[in-house]
Amino acid sequence: MKHGRPHPLVMILLVAAATLFGRALPTWTLSLATVAASNALIALGIVVLARTGNVSFGQGLFFAAGGYGVALVANAWGITDAVAQMIIGAVCGGLLGLVIGPLIARYSGIFFGMLTLALSMVLYGALVKSTALGGSDGFNVGRPSLFGTVFTDPREADFMLYAVSVVTTGLAGIAATILFRSELGLASLAVRENNLRVEYLGISANRVVTINFVIAAIFAGASGAFALMAQRHIDPQFAYWTTSGEFVFVAVLAGYQSVAAVFVASLALELVRSFSNLYLPNTWQLVLGVFLLGVILFLPRGIGSLWIRDQRKRVKPAVTRPVAAEKGVAL
Amino acid sequence: MNPVLSVRRLEKRFGAVVAADALSLDIAAGQKVSLIGANGAGKTTFVNMVTGYLKPDSGSIALDGMDIGRRSPRNVARLGISRSFQIPQLFIELTAAENLAVAVSGTSAQTLSFYSPAEAQGRRDKAIELLERFGLADQADRPISELAGGVRKLVDIAMALVRRPKLLLLDEPTSGVSAEEKFATMDRVIHAVAPDAATIVFVEHDMEIVNRYADRVVAFYSGRILADGDPHDVLKDPEVRRYVTGGGR
Repeated sequence: MKHGRPHPLVMILLVAAATLFGRALPTWTLSLATVAASNALIALGIVVLARTGNVSFGQGLFFAAGGYGVALVANAWGITDAVAQMIIGAVCGGLLGLVIGPLIARYSGIFFGMLTLALSMVLYGALVKSTALGGSDGFNVGRPSLFGTVFTDPREADFMLYAVSVVTTGLAGIAATILFRSELGLASLAVRENNLRVEYLGISANRVVTINFVIAAIFAGASGAFALMAQRHIDPQFAYWTTSGEFVFVAVLAGYQSVAAVFVASLALELVRSFSNLYLPNTWQLVLGVFLLGVILFLPRGIGSLWIRDQRKRVKPAVTRPVAAEKGVAL
Repeated sequence: MNPVLSVRRLEKRFGAVVAADALSLDIAAGQKVSLIGANGAGKTTFVNMVTGYLKPDSGSIALDGMDIGRRSPRNVARLGISRSFQIPQLFIELTAAENLAVAVSGTSAQTLSFYSPAEAQGRRDKAIELLERFGLADQADRPISELAGGVRKLVDIAMALVRRPKLLLLDEPTSGVSAEEKFATMDRVIHAVAPDAATIVFVEHDMEIVNRYADRVVAFYSGRILADGDPHDVLKDPEVRRYVTGGGR
C-alpha cells in the first residue's frame, strides 16, 4: 500500500535528532524513554508478524532468550559492551526463532497465538526450576560499557543506554519500513488476507510467516538485551505471560499500518503508566485498561490509523461511480 | 500429439458421496474445454484435484507426462497450472496493481526480497500490462474493496494468467455477470488470455457461453463423464439434455 511514508534518509535524521534530544531530557525521563524504545522494538516485531495475520502472545520467550543469553555471556566472558550485548541478544532470539518458526508457521489464528504463549510459559517454568540460572530470583550482571568506555556518572550511563536503544530501535524501524514496502512485505499482507490464494500463486505462505516470525524474534532478543542492561538483573519474569501481554498491548495500540505508531504507542503507554502510577497508585491498571479501551473504540486500527487513514482518503478518487458502469461490466 | 493434461481413473469420495468416479480425460494443447454439469456433479472437485487442493483417493493426474496428483497447489502452480475462482479470491485491502504484483512475485524462482520495493518497475509494468489487456489499467490503484464484482472477476483471472500457464482453469468466469454483459466479458477474457494460455478449461453453467466459446465439452454427472466431444453433439445428447441442461433449454 502506498501511503507516502517518509524516505529512509529522513528517518535517519529523525533518529539522530531523537538521540541528541536525550541530552535535553531530565534524568528520570531517560530511563522511561529507554524502556519505551526497548518495548517499541519488541512491539515492532509483533507488528511485523501481525502483518501476516498472526499475533504472538509469547514474545516473552525470545525476550527472555535474548536477556538470559546476554547475561550468561556477560558473566562468563566479561562482555559488557552495550552494542555487543544487543547483538548477542538479537542472535539468541533469532536462533530460537529459526528453530520454532518453521514449526509454528503451520498454524494460524488463535492456535498460533496460544502455541507461542505455551512455549513462553514452558521456558518460564524451566527457568524457575533452574538453580544454575538463579531460579525464580534470577541473577545480576555488571554495568554496560560502550566501546571500552565505562560510565561512572549515572546520568551519562543512562544517556548512553538511551542513545544505544533509540538508535537500535530507530534503525529497526527504518528496516521495518523498507520491509513493509518490499516484495515480502506485500506478500505478508496477502498471506494475512488469503493464504490459500498466495499458495495458488506459487508462494509459500509458511515461509513468509516464518521469515516474519524470525524477524520478530530477533527484535525481541535485542529488546531483552536492553531490558537486561537497564535493570542489570534478569529473572524468569522476562518470559512470563504478563510480560508478553504488555508487548501485545503496545502492538494493539499501534496497529499494523505504521512503524512510527509503534514508537508513539510505546511512549504513550509508558507515560500513562508512569503518571497513573504516580497519581493513582492503587488503580493505575484501571487507567491503563480504560486507555486501551478508548483506543480500541475510537481507533480500532490503532494509533497509526490517525495519519494512515488521512492519506488513504487523499488517494481515493473524488468520484466513485460504479465501476460496472465505467467499464461496461455488470455486477 | 501428447496431451497437456492426462487424467486416469481418478476417484474421490466424501463419505457416501462420489465426487469423482473413475474419471479419465485427456486435454490436448490449444483446446478450449468447457466442463458442464449440475451442481454437485463433480466439476469443481475435478478442478480442485487437478490444482492440488484436493488429493484423489486413487488414480493419476499428469501434466505434460509428469505425475502431479500428490503435489500441493503451490507446486502445481509452479509446474504450469493456474486457476481462477467462482468467487474471486483476491486480497481486498490491496489495490488491483498490488494484487497483480503479488502474483508477479510468485513467478520468481528466488526467495521474496525484503528490500526490493513490492511495486518495483518490472513488477509494476507487468501488472499494468495485464490489467491493460483486461481493459482495467485505470483501476490499477484502486483497492479491490472498491471494485465491482465483475471487475474483481477479471482481476482474479488476470492473476491466474501472470505465470503464463500451460493450462488455465477458469471456474465459472461469467457467474455473477448480467445476461447483457456475459458475452462482452467472455470476449474480453478470451482476448486477454489468448497470448499466454494456449489451453483453457472453464467450468460453465451457461450453455450459450459454452456453445460460443468451447471447442470441446465434457459433461459431468454424479462424478462421471456423461459425454465428451464437440459442443453441438454433446449439447444434443439425450442424456446430457436430461441430466445436465434440463431438456428444454
